[in-house]
Amino acid sequence: MTAPNDRNNDGGVPVPVTPAGASSTAPAEYPPASPAGRGMFGNQGTGDVSGYGGLVRQRKPIEEASRPYGGYFDEVRDALEEAYPQFGEAIEKVVVDRGELTLHVRPERIAEVCQVMRDDLALRFELCSSVSGVDYLGADERRLHVVYQLTSMTYRRLVRLEAAVPADDPHLPSVTAVYPTADWQERETYDMFGIVFDGHPNLTRILMPDDWEGHPQRKDYPLGGVPVEYKGAEIPPPDKRRSYQ
Amino acid sequence: MTTSNYATERETTEGKVFTVTGGDWDQVVSGTDPINDERIVVNMGPQHPSTHGVLRLILELEGETVREARSVVGYLHTGIEKNLEFRNWVQGSTFVTRMDYLSPLFNETAYALAVEKLLGITDDITERATTIRVLMMELNRISSHLVWLATTGMELGAINMMLYGFREREYILDIFETITGLRMNHAYVRPGGVAQDVPEDAIRKIRDFLVLLPKKLKEYEDLLSGQPIWIERTKNVAVLDVTGCLALGVTGPVLRSAGLAWDLRKTMPYCGYETYEFDVPTHTDGDVWGRYLVRLAEIRESLKLVEQAVDRLAKPGPVMVSDKKIAWPAQLAIGVDGMGNSLEHVAKIMGQSMESLIHHFKLVTEGFRVPPGQVYVGIESPRGELGVHAVSDGGTRPYRVHYREPSFVNLQALPAMAEGGLIADVIAGGASLDPVMGGCDR
Repeated sequence: MTAPNDRNNDGGVPVPVTPAGASSTAPAEYPPASPAGRGMFGNQGTGDVSGYGGLVRQRKPIEEASRPYGGYFDEVRDALEEAYPQFGEAIEKVVVDRGELTLHVRPERIAEVCQVMRDDLALRFELCSSVSGVDYLGADERRLHVVYQLTSMTYRRLVRLEAAVPADDPHLPSVTAVYPTADWQERETYDMFGIVFDGHPNLTRILMPDDWEGHPQRKDYPLGGVPVEYKGAEIPPPDKRRSYQ
Repeated sequence: MTTSNYATERETTEGKVFTVTGGDWDQVVSGTDPINDERIVVNMGPQHPSTHGVLRLILELEGETVREARSVVGYLHTGIEKNLEFRNWVQGSTFVTRMDYLSPLFNETAYALAVEKLLGITDDITERATTIRVLMMELNRISSHLVWLATTGMELGAINMMLYGFREREYILDIFETITGLRMNHAYVRPGGVAQDVPEDAIRKIRDFLVLLPKKLKEYEDLLSGQPIWIERTKNVAVLDVTGCLALGVTGPVLRSAGLAWDLRKTMPYCGYETYEFDVPTHTDGDVWGRYLVRLAEIRESLKLVEQAVDRLAKPGPVMVSDKKIAWPAQLAIGVDGMGNSLEHVAKIMGQSMESLIHHFKLVTEGFRVPPGQVYVGIESPRGELGVHAVSDGGTRPYRVHYREPSFVNLQALPAMAEGGLIADVIAGGASLDPVMGGCDR
């Protein structure tokens, strides 16, 4: 309590030590009447009121596609197999779903695969459209997935590369040497998921503040907020406020 | 020095110290070399009128020359992608519309296309809904380019252009308000179609606008294209060639101004763009001047598209998928107490059909379920490729939605454009990328 008093005494504008209303008996985070009583905020339930919403559906395992895949997918696979001798070792799975081709790549091979995808004349994926992450919490050991969307402007094709890493050792090589555009997108993925891209020139947070703790897009990171201090009073985050029922 | 009575100098550990006793300033000044001795680090932004919102640039200057430039983003991060995971699929459109606030209808349409692809109902979207989407997107492209012209004009000293650009954009916002009820943040394009049909007076307003804007475009060209200051500030400034664009992932008008006619509406058509007649304007210089010309030409092409879309709207039809498990159950209507669910619908669910009531209740409170899987949908926004990576786990809420934001990706090119140039050209180069920080930081 010394700091506010000091401020009062140094000739500046006097600041009240306790905000008005702080003596009322109800604390700001008075317990809500029920978990459902938190309005629109928080992560309680599915919004289901029928009573059947608690039934959890089994997540269908992603099935490997069988040849022929259809469309240009077979050509892409053949070209990659020809240009990249370690194909069998590096590609874990090929998935065709909703008209999109996904190659699941071993994380340590991702930069090599991208290099071949970009440079081979039959592949020519010149543009790395997007790099982002998905956290499949509870699916298996390697829950953090990095997703690369590659675009071939020559052939007008799209391919998705996906690499999965475990949360306790989330390392994989950076593709910035192949696709410089991945720079900021890998930084964002690091920021949001805590995935470390080895070899990245400047892997720092990009959207969250530099001193932020935790990686907000992970599924075990709650939606909530931080308490905000305003004129001496602390406003709790939305999910901690008292509710009116 | 000893032979004159002028200022004497002495070396100290802190540098040269002059004792000025009046006299020869030439000699005093020649003792230091401001260009080579002093590298100044200047923080431009995050609150700077010509950095397009809260973009911060850290510039290392030698005199007026930029030696190094680094951009810092994230000041407008609002966690939209995280928030989406806590709302149902339909509510998502109210969130994504707030990302890039100058092109909300592109955000919504990209999101809707992704959800529809996940649901497997892409082919069931009615023709009229798709036409309305095209109409709204192209109007939005015009308004976005007008704001670009306005703000860039202001930043390069053409204040008139700022007033004119915002003035004409007001017509489009008025059209949007007539159709969606809001000037911005519409949440108009929903998974399955659009929220409601286009009213008749909106068509009239659009037709008036189609007559008005070409005249105004002529005025802008008269104002800027022959203007010596405008030409000096834009020609050969902030050049980025095709190689640089592709390496840095830059798409949209910036890539097209470098000479590559890559426009997703033509190269990977969606929403039936292959059935419309329009051209993809390009330029070869890859400078700010080229980007200005490309954007002006794109406004003209968008006008063509709007005209074709309006003509197609003469044929009536539904604007939402027929699947009642997905479509919002009630149409809005204006009653005596304001806008709300139509009275026929209320009468039906309250008086006649218990099933309808249950359906309405479940769809509104819980929302529809989306089969598990992931998709990526890219569309051509005014700034380049706007991509949506959407993942579903089979539930009523998105498991993960990621936006590949062209503002975010394109901003990486700023150091490549600015370094080695003058500080004044940083403004021109940054403006020519047309970054919108709401989209960049999300």
